[in-house]
Amino acid sequence: MKKDIILSGVGGQGILSIATVIGEAATAAGLFLKQAEVHGMSQRGGDVQSNLRLSTEVIYSDLIPVGSVDLIISMEPMEALRYLPYLSRGGRVVTSSKPFVNIPDYPDHEALLAELASLPDVVSLDIEEAARSCGNPKGANMVLLGMAAPAIGVVGADELRAAIGRVFARKGDAVVAANRQAFDLGLAEALKY
Amino acid sequence: MSEKRLLLGDEAVALGALHAGLSGVYSYPGTPSTEVTEFIQNYAPEVRSRWCTNEKTAMEAALGMSYAGKRALVCMKHVGMNVCADAFVNAAVTGVKGGLVVLAADDPSMHSSQNEQDSRFYAQFAMVPVFEPSDQQEAYDMIREAFAFSEEIGLPVLFRVVTRLAHSRAAVLTGDPSSQNALEPSSDRGWILLPAIARRQYLKLIDKQPLLLSASEGTHHNLLEGTGARGVIACGIGYNYVKEADAQNITLLKVSQYPLPEAQVKALAARCSSILVVEDGQPVVEQGIKALLGAGYPVEGRLSGRLPRTGELTPDNVAAALGVPSSRAFGSAQNLAPRPPQLCPGCGHRDVYAALNQVVAEYPGARVFGDIGCYTLGALPPFSALASCVDMGASITMAKGAADAGIFPAVAVIGDSTFTHSGMTGLLDAVNDHSRITVIISDNLTTAMTGGQDSAGTNKFEAICLGLGVEPEHVRVVVPLPANMPEITRIIREEIEYDGVSVIIPRRECMQTLRRHKK
Repeated sequence: MKKDIILSGVGGQGILSIATVIGEAATAAGLFLKQAEVHGMSQRGGDVQSNLRLSTEVIYSDLIPVGSVDLIISMEPMEALRYLPYLSRGGRVVTSSKPFVNIPDYPDHEALLAELASLPDVVSLDIEEAARSCGNPKGANMVLLGMAAPAIGVVGADELRAAIGRVFARKGDAVVAANRQAFDLGLAEALKY
Repeated sequence: MSEKRLLLGDEAVALGALHAGLSGVYSYPGTPSTEVTEFIQNYAPEVRSRWCTNEKTAMEAALGMSYAGKRALVCMKHVGMNVCADAFVNAAVTGVKGGLVVLAADDPSMHSSQNEQDSRFYAQFAMVPVFEPSDQQEAYDMIREAFAFSEEIGLPVLFRVVTRLAHSRAAVLTGDPSSQNALEPSSDRGWILLPAIARRQYLKLIDKQPLLLSASEGTHHNLLEGTGARGVIACGIGYNYVKEADAQNITLLKVSQYPLPEAQVKALAARCSSILVVEDGQPVVEQGIKALLGAGYPVEGRLSGRLPRTGELTPDNVAAALGVPSSRAFGSAQNLAPRPPQLCPGCGHRDVYAALNQVVAEYPGARVFGDIGCYTLGALPPFSALASCVDMGASITMAKGAADAGIFPAVAVIGDSTFTHSGMTGLLDAVNDHSRITVIISDNLTTAMTGGQDSAGTNKFEAICLGLGVEPEHVRVVVPLPANMPEITRIIREEIEYDGVSVIIPRRECMQTLRRHKK
């Protein structure tokens, strides 16, 4: 069993924290894992992505081939669309619905969201608003992780929740609790689909 | 005591080096190599690890440590090899005592670089072995072997990684750490490269070549697998992409140690009717085996066009080269725009460019020569301020040459770390020639582009410029803030009008390090 995931967003949005939690859960579950990250120039407000591969078998390539991503998890809707050629026929897109506009030629928002909605399997939500609504404005990425949890599959929601505890332990119990709450909110949203 | 850890390729290299009994790492930051040294700084404070001024000082200091009998590591991005080349090539002639490994992190596809030069060429040129791991586990294992081999053979070993290995994480099984070598300085006269000695040393280097070849042919990192009719040579991480494609009817030679294992290549050629070379970077092996197998033998790869001539390997271009069909389901999205990197909100470089653009607009002949760092982003909109960005330090010397040719005003924009890396010598040339240039050292108190490493010249820039002979009244310091715009533009105007070398130092801390310091 394998799960190929692309995490995407804009430099500084915190996609690597999501990858760290999934990676922690996968390692604890004894899965093979490879996680290719973007460091360097693009982190300055450019598009960033991480290829995260989890499997019960040996993984060779650090990068995921075109057409075989099971799940795109994106902090930003246009950044979700950027990796569309990588999505498999039955793949799911889990994304924030709120555009992050830091370029002059950002596409028309309605057209963008319509294209996103036209995909076969999409879960989207204004994750920043959701994070604020549960009193954890910095927890948008944990809301998104919760939304992605049912589709991750190879590690379950409980394993991810436990991993949040280990990853954020040094930041204190309050941060762990707030992040779990954000995660649960996202999870509940995904279960509506 | 073995332990399983999730590590970046760079971190696996770092931990392997530490476990090999490393005494010192000497590096200049550069993507994708930076994390090796950062890991050592955080994990092993007892190992010498402070950032160096540039790759040449790093290489030479490491050579000194090796002379003393201890193990040293040098880390840099691929273009750093150009900077340290003098020391690197001659270290092969002197030979080494303590194990000396040079990590070069190549950046095919130029994710954060200005070219995609292949460091394996440098090793060929210097006639030293190359180790090129295919994955994180091999990165850990092979750097340990590289130190031992370097000591055994008495030569530096080039350890080549590429971006996708450097910045990808996987589980690594670690082994027992070795202790550091004792201080045991060399007393060999071979270190004195006077012509008479250098000629003898060069012959020794030539004599070692058959040993390097037999080591490559004997290592378990270079292996033949499969019995198919189609031959494939996969170097470094190319191996993973070939395995991922799961192509049928192939015989695969995995290459992770050079010089190229000629016996295995010949065996592969005899068994197969053609060979496809899958290598990240430039066609080093593809060229090499043509010479080995003769012009008549069909060899394919980047030169033949079976793989793209430029850009990194991907599982997709390797699968296509192997004839494995793509399973692409969706086309590219319609509503998509490029999102290039940009200067951070509040960054001092922004104020520097705002002021500079305002002043140079008054001079139709003005040219601003840029350099390597975050501030290179000033070349992009909204500033579009730069005429060039070539290599570390070139802003000052290109401005000088342009001024010599008659360009006025000729302005150089260089960062603090780049200035001490390679800008100081050019400034001395300009002072000695009384060149009419204005040099802006945009000082954010850090090496920002690579993540905020210490900058060698912090608190020393005025003294350096004065020491190099810039007139005291033409070394000007400003604080780049929107509120100071009138003062900054006035000073830039005054210094452009000065017929000689002037230096303006806008100084304000990087927003990224500021945020970290506030935490």
